[in-house]
Amino acid sequence: MFASTIRMALRAIAANLMRSALTVLGIVIGVASVVALVTIGEGATAQVRSEMSAMGDNLLIVRAGAARRPGEPHQDAAPLELEDAFAIAQEIRGIDQAAPSSSMKTIVVQGNTNWSTSVTGTTSAYLPCRSYDIAAGRSFTQTEDNGLKPACILGETVREKLFGNDEALGGIVRIGRTPCPVIGVMAPKGENTMGVDQDDVVLMPIRAFSRRIRGNDDVAQISVSVSDDRSTTAVKASIEALMRDRRQVSPGGMDDFEVRDMKEIASAISEATNVMTGLLSAIAAVSLLVGGIGIMNIMLVSVTERTREIGIRLAIGALRAEVRMQFLVEAAVLSGCGGILGLLLGNAGAYWATRSMDMPFIPSPSIAAVALLFSIGVGVLFGWLPAHRASRLDPMEALRHE
Amino acid sequence: MSARAPVISLRGISRVFGRGESAVKALNGVDLDVAQGEFVAVMGASGSGKSTCMNIIGCLDRPTGGDYFFCGLEVSRLSPDELALIRRHQIGFIFQGFNLLARTTALANVELPLIYQRVPKKERRTRAEEALAAVGLSSRAHHLPNELSGGQQQRTAIARALVTQPSLLLADEPTGNLDSATKVEVMNLLADLNRRRGITIVMVTHEPDMSQFASRQVVFRDGRPVGDSQKEAL
Ligand SMILES: Nc1ncnc2c1ncn2[C@@H]1O[C@H](COP(=O)(O)OP(=O)(O)O)[C@@H](O)[C@H]1O
Ligand SMILES: [Mg+2]
Repeated sequence: MFASTIRMALRAIAANLMRSALTVLGIVIGVASVVALVTIGEGATAQVRSEMSAMGDNLLIVRAGAARRPGEPHQDAAPLELEDAFAIAQEIRGIDQAAPSSSMKTIVVQGNTNWSTSVTGTTSAYLPCRSYDIAAGRSFTQTEDNGLKPACILGETVREKLFGNDEALGGIVRIGRTPCPVIGVMAPKGENTMGVDQDDVVLMPIRAFSRRIRGNDDVAQISVSVSDDRSTTAVKASIEALMRDRRQVSPGGMDDFEVRDMKEIASAISEATNVMTGLLSAIAAVSLLVGGIGIMNIMLVSVTERTREIGIRLAIGALRAEVRMQFLVEAAVLSGCGGILGLLLGNAGAYWATRSMDMPFIPSPSIAAVALLFSIGVGVLFGWLPAHRASRLDPMEALRHE
Repeated sequence: MSARAPVISLRGISRVFGRGESAVKALNGVDLDVAQGEFVAVMGASGSGKSTCMNIIGCLDRPTGGDYFFCGLEVSRLSPDELALIRRHQIGFIFQGFNLLARTTALANVELPLIYQRVPKKERRTRAEEALAAVGLSSRAHHLPNELSGGQQQRTAIARALVTQPSLLLADEPTGNLDSATKVEVMNLLADLNRRRGITIVMVTHEPDMSQFASRQVVFRDGRPVGDSQKEAL
């Protein structure tokens, strides 16, 4: 019975294909935009997440100089020191690593080739903090970490520019005027959110870098990787307390440093994406509503046009509920078809958009299910009145119609 | 002949259309009994209330006055859905204007009552094919009504009325728009059904020739039966 009701509905829809298509346009647009927006949003969130985790999971970054507030005079904050990093590593509980670092744009030379890149002085702790992996060779030893002896680890881009197909390990590159043996090469990480090539780097032990390249002992930032089972918020607070103490910030005074929680930034970005998705979904919901009203309108017309058919069905013994069901199913199938069409269109749109924005395309089955259920629901909701009207017809009068 | 239980029992049935000044009294005190297995021809001038009476007998319309007992059941007390169930299971109705679904093949039209009887698909198909074969229309099963001649449409309508094997067959001018050869064919078909399967038939016709196929003739005038071959015979 139900199967034949659906077949009947499909036949009625096919009989007036053009009109059916125009009727469900609202539903198609509504569903397509919801699906596209949510899918694009999902892609964006996933991308931000993966970039954040590529930067380092549970990463806190300590910098000198607070974010200035409007109207306050800018003070030059004292730079961080190596001892700050050691203090954090020793005194803060719940962290895995703390890596001081300082960077400078410098020309690196190998044979006849030179390449301008960002040289970072740091310690072996930097690699796990920033999720860099050693692809070949090794990281810095503890002696190298604390000593003045030059050594370097190349990012993949730098290795490729300077060595090409040649073996980089055991080679010597000149950084500024300092010859540095290459002890390791890092696995490529690609670009970050801002489009910066994260493999265009050279790492050096920080003391050697300060003494021989940079010329001062300033530490630009300290990367802290928080243990997996610890809350970054709690660790951030204890680092802030420690730094306030070390930098002698008066109680109630403004911090002259900041601790940034990469997780907070990530969640802020995905929250912003969610708000956007929510807003646009509301607009899409309105178009679903308009689509529903379109369906109601056309179903009312259809009931009037098919009064005779309804009369015949009633005359040969259809119950009121069966006539109502027929028109309800027709409305639901109509809007369901619109939903499927919208789903395909929305996914196509999202695919195109994510591809052109270099984001991952993540079609979600749950969104598809929700969109379909929603559009069928719209059909049932707005088909109810016309269906009810059809079921209330008097068989005699319906047969006499026209 | 044994005492046959009345299938239809009309008592003082009246039917008024409209209200006040424009009210039309289509039926005016109809008393009529039809027994199981009878083949009744209802005759009368146009506008004498034949169709109105048929619609009431067929549970499509309700009288404004009087009592109608269908197989002993008081029809005026039944809800629209209960009437629908009687139409579905007991009555086959051949309408004056065929009343076939336009965008639906002859076969599907014949299948329709079986869908509402919830007959499984396969059985539905075979029974519909058999009903079409019985009216000699197998070759046209997959044609739409507008691809069929008047006679073929009429036969499709007959097949649809018969496919449920109703106990009562109502036919409102089933030969109305047929040529004389087809008329005789259709009448033979009905007479055959009455004789072989014992189906009770009430048929409206204004043609005396056609009424001769029936076993009893009732004549309507001004909304009530004025002549009945059965009573005259008594
Ligand atoms: N639905 C209706 N509304 C108003 N008047 C009707 C309706 N149906 C029938 N009539 C009137 O009732 C009378 C009997 O009609 P009907 O039963 O169709 O006659 P017949 O079938 O014998 O030609 C006619 O005067 C007709 O105009
Ligand atoms: Mg008539």
